[in-house]
Amino acid sequence: MTAYLLKRIIIAALTLVLASMVVFAVMEILPGDPARLMLGMNASADQIEVLRNQMGLNAPLVLRYLHWAAGLLSLDFGRSYTYSVPVVDLVRERIAVSLPLALIALALSTIIAIPVGVFSASRQGRAGDTLAMGAAQLGVAVPNFWFALMLIYLFAVWLHLVPAGGFPGWSAGIWAALKSLLLPAVALALPQAAILARVARSALIEVLNEDYIRTARAKGLPYRAVLWRHALRNAMIPVLTILGLQFAFLLAGTIIIENVFYLPGLGRLIFQAITQRDLIVVESIVMLLVTAVILINLLVDFSYAIVDPRLRAIPGKVRSGFPSGIAPKQILRAVQRFRETRNRSRGRQ
Amino acid sequence: MSLLEIENLSLTISATPILKGVDLAIAAGEVVGLVGESGSGKSMTALTIMRLLPHLARAKGRVAFDGIDILGASEDQMCALRGDDIGMVFQEPMTALNPVKTIGEQVAEGIRWHTKAGRAEAEERARKILDRVGLPEAKFPLSRYPHELSGGQRQRVVIAIACALKPKLLIADEPTTALDVVLQAQILDLLRDLVSENRMGLLLISHDLAVVTEMADRLTILRRGEVTEAGDTARTLSEQSHPYTRELALASMHVPARPKPHPAGSAKPLLEVESVGRDYPGRRKSLIRPAQPIRAVDDVSLTIEPAQSVALVGRSGCGKSTLARMILALDKPTAGTIRFRGEPITGKPESALRPARRDMQVVFQDPYGSFDPRQKVEKLVAEPLHLLEKQPTKAERREMVAHALHEVGLGPRDMDKYPHEFSGGQRQRLSIARAIITRPKLVVADEPVSALDVSIRAQILDLFAELNQKLGIAYLFITHDLTVARAMADEVLVMHEGKIVERGPAADVLDHPRSEAAQALVAAAPDLHRAIARKMQEQG
Repeated sequence: MTAYLLKRIIIAALTLVLASMVVFAVMEILPGDPARLMLGMNASADQIEVLRNQMGLNAPLVLRYLHWAAGLLSLDFGRSYTYSVPVVDLVRERIAVSLPLALIALALSTIIAIPVGVFSASRQGRAGDTLAMGAAQLGVAVPNFWFALMLIYLFAVWLHLVPAGGFPGWSAGIWAALKSLLLPAVALALPQAAILARVARSALIEVLNEDYIRTARAKGLPYRAVLWRHALRNAMIPVLTILGLQFAFLLAGTIIIENVFYLPGLGRLIFQAITQRDLIVVESIVMLLVTAVILINLLVDFSYAIVDPRLRAIPGKVRSGFPSGIAPKQILRAVQRFRETRNRSRGRQ
Repeated sequence: MSLLEIENLSLTISATPILKGVDLAIAAGEVVGLVGESGSGKSMTALTIMRLLPHLARAKGRVAFDGIDILGASEDQMCALRGDDIGMVFQEPMTALNPVKTIGEQVAEGIRWHTKAGRAEAEERARKILDRVGLPEAKFPLSRYPHELSGGQRQRVVIAIACALKPKLLIADEPTTALDVVLQAQILDLLRDLVSENRMGLLLISHDLAVVTEMADRLTILRRGEVTEAGDTARTLSEQSHPYTRELALASMHVPARPKPHPAGSAKPLLEVESVGRDYPGRRKSLIRPAQPIRAVDDVSLTIEPAQSVALVGRSGCGKSTLARMILALDKPTAGTIRFRGEPITGKPESALRPARRDMQVVFQDPYGSFDPRQKVEKLVAEPLHLLEKQPTKAERREMVAHALHEVGLGPRDMDKYPHEFSGGQRQRLSIARAIITRPKLVVADEPVSALDVSIRAQILDLFAELNQKLGIAYLFITHDLTVARAMADEVLVMHEGKIVERGPAADVLDHPRSEAAQALVAAAPDLHRAIARKMQEQG
């Protein structure tokens, strides 16, 4: 177990270093001089040169990378060119919205998806299954901003239960803040839940055909007990894989929903920063997201080991991001299915 | 009154009849063998008793267990019976246990469910039964996971689960088919002991007549869903009054006619294996010390002459398949050299191996798994033709496929079919056709008949013998089944823990084994003649 975890941690750290180099390099290649951008069109060449020196833009590349990386480690991301405030403050404000939003959406999606998946798998091919999977298909196909608009219309405009948009800030009280995150979280969660439910269903159906399910039935356990005690845990590996992918998406890929609900989240910040060529903000957020994705993958790897004892036992056999020895083909298939359903839904948007 | 009474049981799965009027009875303490070929309805009979049939199955007739009407019982009643009064052991021990739960959890689960015992008490009872089936605490604590156990050990756990609550009836569906002969003998002994200890009824399902004969008091022979014959084991098999019973018995003892056994030491060797070894990286036990490599094959030497038939026998995990892979140049030895027709094939690039690959083909155990289900037979059988120097034209290719199919007893019309349209035995014929299409000098056959029914098996063995005579193909049979070695081989090599421990002419090694490993194999191998003789004595 320790060897497995250690290996995963080392791989994650190396990936992080590599990713930071790539992010830094890409930002170097991109056109646009930050000093000129900050001083405006009318600045003289001398003025720009002075500022460039001040900002350390004239130092050698390696030094600048090291300086930047050291800054990242001490949470000093530099100052935003356009807002002239520390990037860390900007980001912190936005994370306070985006992270809870992502977590609530993820929790909702899991709470909906797993029971639906179990329900469908246990009634494979019958009316309940067809109905549930039809609904899931609809959930995958309908774009989430449309869901969002419908939710606003129903709960905010019509029932007046929650605000239609905006975010009062956590200082306005936890309840008020949560209330304004609820609708966006639901809008985000439903399509994710639809995908997850389909993955859970197919993983479960595969597991339910395994020999050990028959052994469990031969012990005298009723079908329901077999389903929850024996099948579900074995079906968790592909579900966890998809959950990890979804969390990464929820953290950053929420620009549309943030716009619909007028939420000050990370997605909108990065969008604004790109349009304003605020490279240091873009760089910081990208780095932050990369870190988040790597951490999530690490977490998913750990959870594999918790779910499946075979992974703890064979440290030498772990390659790439997927645990081998258990069915990596099952995971690959789940990811493929996930991409297919997602692409299909994108195609329709 | 019998413990289990099945009367006139008929079963259909979505309108396809599976069982037709099956009668069967088992008394307490009695062992009844249910014999038949694949698809004869043996497993479905067992699953009917457990009421674990597939969704679309409909059963008619009467199944009474201990006075309970099984077919009319509610699901709750069945749950109370399963695992408590009726236990079941399945064929495939490698997949019969839940990989994410410890063996303790899995054995204790049924105990807790039926007796409402607390965790500690259930675990204590689980411990006792695991001790009983030969998994002592010191080596097999409850916290072991299935993947840490071998196939035979896993089957013991499955038996422990089935017998934990001392069931009145145990159903064992091919319990030893996936195990090697030595493990098979151990598991059969265990089952026999459990039966006599608890006066349990045992329904032993098997396609292997010798195994059933050794174990069963009475036999029921099933063919295409119908009982062809039933009665005392000794009488049924000694009289063999029913033609199908005789057919089965003859097929399981079948030895193909091989008019001129190949004389050894007469020609230049076709294949020479010289002190070959293969190490695998072992499991790392500490972060600092490097892992000890596992020696799968250790200093093995052998030669095969043209048209000679050699059998490599040994228990599962002894390294015989690893050796075969190296001979086929699918794996690189870590020591030694392998020469094919005098040319070394070790350490050569793939392009230089083409002539060797052309003259050396392989037949695998599983005819189902070794074909792409989406390709037609013509393409599948023609696969090795890309190894030829001159690529045949389309018409030539069809001609060659047709010829190869003819040689294995299939027709030219089969070329345009897909693998699923063939039976298991026909599929094995296809894989032999694929192996001989390039006119190879050597065919390596890895357990070529162990997945086949006895009658099909006899036919395939005949085919191997015929091709050996007709085309002069040399064989290397990899098998744990001594009857195959006896039937097919000029020379037998016994492999044990990576080493060849004994070699010699087939009859010598199999009749007078000298090494311990060979003696164990010979003693454990079920033999129908011997089994019938013993039953005759017991049953008079």
